[in-house]
Amino acid sequence: MIRRRTLIALLTLSAVYAGCKKDGAAGGPAGATSGSAGPGAGSGEVVVGHYASMTGSEAHFGQDTDKAIRMAIDEVNGSGGVVGRKLKVVTVDTRGDAAEAANAVTRLIDVERSVAILGEVASSLSLPGGRIAQRRKIPMVSPSSTNPKVTEIGDYVFRVCFIDPFQGKVMAKFAKENLKIERVAVLKDQKSDYSIGLADAFKAAFEPTGGKIVVEQSYSKGDTDFSAQLTAIKNTDAQAIFVPGYYTDVGAIAKTAERLGVKLILLGGDGWDSPDLFKIGGNAINGAYFSNHFAPDAATPKAKKFVADFKAKHGVEPTGLGALGWDAAMVLVEAMKKAGGFEADAVRKALSETRDFEGVTGKITMDPQRNANKSAVVLKVVDGAAKYETTVEP
Amino acid sequence: MRWLVRGAVAAAVLAGLLGLARVIEGGLMEYAQRVLLLAGINVILAVGLNLINGTTGQFSIGHAGFMAVGAYTCAWVGQHLAPGVAGAVGAGAIADAISLNAALVSGAVTAALAGVIVGVPSLRLKGDYLAIVTLGFGEIIRIVFNNWKALGGATGYSGEDPAGLPAWTTLFWVYAWVVVIITVVRNVTFSQTGRSLIAIREDEVAAEAMATPTTRLKVVAFVLSAAAAGVAGGLFAHLQAGIRPEDFRLEKSIDMIVMIIVGGLGSITGAVVGGVFMAVALELMRDLEEYRLVLYALLLILIMILRPEGLFGSRELSFGWLRRKARGGEPAS
Repeated sequence: MIRRRTLIALLTLSAVYAGCKKDGAAGGPAGATSGSAGPGAGSGEVVVGHYASMTGSEAHFGQDTDKAIRMAIDEVNGSGGVVGRKLKVVTVDTRGDAAEAANAVTRLIDVERSVAILGEVASSLSLPGGRIAQRRKIPMVSPSSTNPKVTEIGDYVFRVCFIDPFQGKVMAKFAKENLKIERVAVLKDQKSDYSIGLADAFKAAFEPTGGKIVVEQSYSKGDTDFSAQLTAIKNTDAQAIFVPGYYTDVGAIAKTAERLGVKLILLGGDGWDSPDLFKIGGNAINGAYFSNHFAPDAATPKAKKFVADFKAKHGVEPTGLGALGWDAAMVLVEAMKKAGGFEADAVRKALSETRDFEGVTGKITMDPQRNANKSAVVLKVVDGAAKYETTVEP
Repeated sequence: MRWLVRGAVAAAVLAGLLGLARVIEGGLMEYAQRVLLLAGINVILAVGLNLINGTTGQFSIGHAGFMAVGAYTCAWVGQHLAPGVAGAVGAGAIADAISLNAALVSGAVTAALAGVIVGVPSLRLKGDYLAIVTLGFGEIIRIVFNNWKALGGATGYSGEDPAGLPAWTTLFWVYAWVVVIITVVRNVTFSQTGRSLIAIREDEVAAEAMATPTTRLKVVAFVLSAAAAGVAGGLFAHLQAGIRPEDFRLEKSIDMIVMIIVGGLGSITGAVVGGVFMAVALELMRDLEEYRLVLYALLLILIMILRPEGLFGSRELSFGWLRRKARGGEPAS
């Protein structure tokens, strides 16, 4: 009896499995021992791997980046591909988990035979992934991991965004020079290295200019009550609060601040960049400023085209992370074209020689540490949307 | 004489393992090897946790904390030991093996110490209360590492080298430790101590009335289980080449509990199967992309509906059972 039921269940499962299986993924993996031809040899499609959090709490970041990468590669294929070969994006989910991120990169190299890898958004996942890419000598370009440690891994790991210390400097400079603010309170997420790194960088840049950090408070990602911290800040003479967190917490913090009558300017970084910030924060988030990679409304013609294309295809405006995904893919494609093929070392060398590449998020030049040397924008939240305020050069 | 035979068996098992590992490393792509390594680490976690949750019936949901203690200790000790060892015996596989195993033992010891600290006061509690205490412990450990600047804080610890911790976690060492942990847990389970542990699970008051030192035995089982989690943490650290506090969230503890429940609470064989299932199932479903988590959950629900006692129940796969099966004799107990 049990046997029969088990059999039925197994059959159902295998039917579901077969049904869900994508056509392209059919056919067994090309085993590592299957021949002498390396990845990228032959004449068929060439695989570019992308590992991203397609599920989990940061799924919005991964999905947005993936959409933009696919748009970029479609565009490249539309204009003839790279050295006559079409490219194909294979996306592998990391679930926001470090062990899975390492699995994903290994899979992209061994099973999907990727010639190069794009990803991750989160620095904590780019680190385990990047270590594997470096060991296997496959070039990796992270679109938006801003932690300095990511590219320190080695000469095969690149990024097309600026790093956290620069972002902290940008907001410190903006607060001091544009907003004429002297006294700032810091409210950071003690669980996130991103938030702590940004807070430290802000402090290091703000204090030498004569500014003062009057109080430092912290919360933990996922907290729902911020009234103790905000009351403590209210009792100081701070003029602004620097909140280098992610959008869900920032929205809730803005709400609580409004309820408690804390009328200080909120400042933040690129973790704020999601339409959900305005959904959660509502009116309370209006008047806040955050640094970002890209401003959809003050864009170059190239960026305007990207925003229009993205909107036409997906019905929503791209976030900065999407724009960086597009740039990461395009910088990689440029390097492949310059290398005249897909050989890993040649692509790595071409990537390191990227100069003044005209991307959606600005001009990208790789510095000797494989970080993109580029400007940042500051956005102001006005009526539930982020508007361009100013550009800060490196 | 008996010791001689046992030593010979152990040596034969290890030699066989070494040969098998060499063959697999030569013939299998790294991706498949990685999944096998994770499966081995899961088996250590599950077999260890099963001793306290399954055999003794005390519910711990904070084992990720012990794993974290072991992982950080092992990573730190390995970093500081390796140069000295390499200087003494010359860099190479032997130096790596000595450093790794010394680091793993220190990880097991600190995890066991943490087990004593948590276990002694809290194992006087029963049922839900113990679960809450271990849950709290797991969170406290994570927050401690989150704020421990010398160990990297929230960014995590990956040693001096920007490329991360050395890749010491090889198939041979993972499965050698699997053999060691399974042997220890099996010997405890089928000894007088093990019978007493089962008695505690079945009826603690009755066991106490029969003069079983319940609290002491519970602490022993708990500490052994914590030490196994420490070893698994150390192997995990050197597989990932770096660890961060977020790797040891509550979800990790829940994953371990899923392993032993799927396999069959109280069965070592079940824990092995559950650990492998956890590592392999999600990777096998990669082609489903985002839907794999849906199917995975569905799979767990189906297992619980069709086999509420887990895949193995409380049965064990043993040589005796196989012999009986082969003879076609009486049904297995």
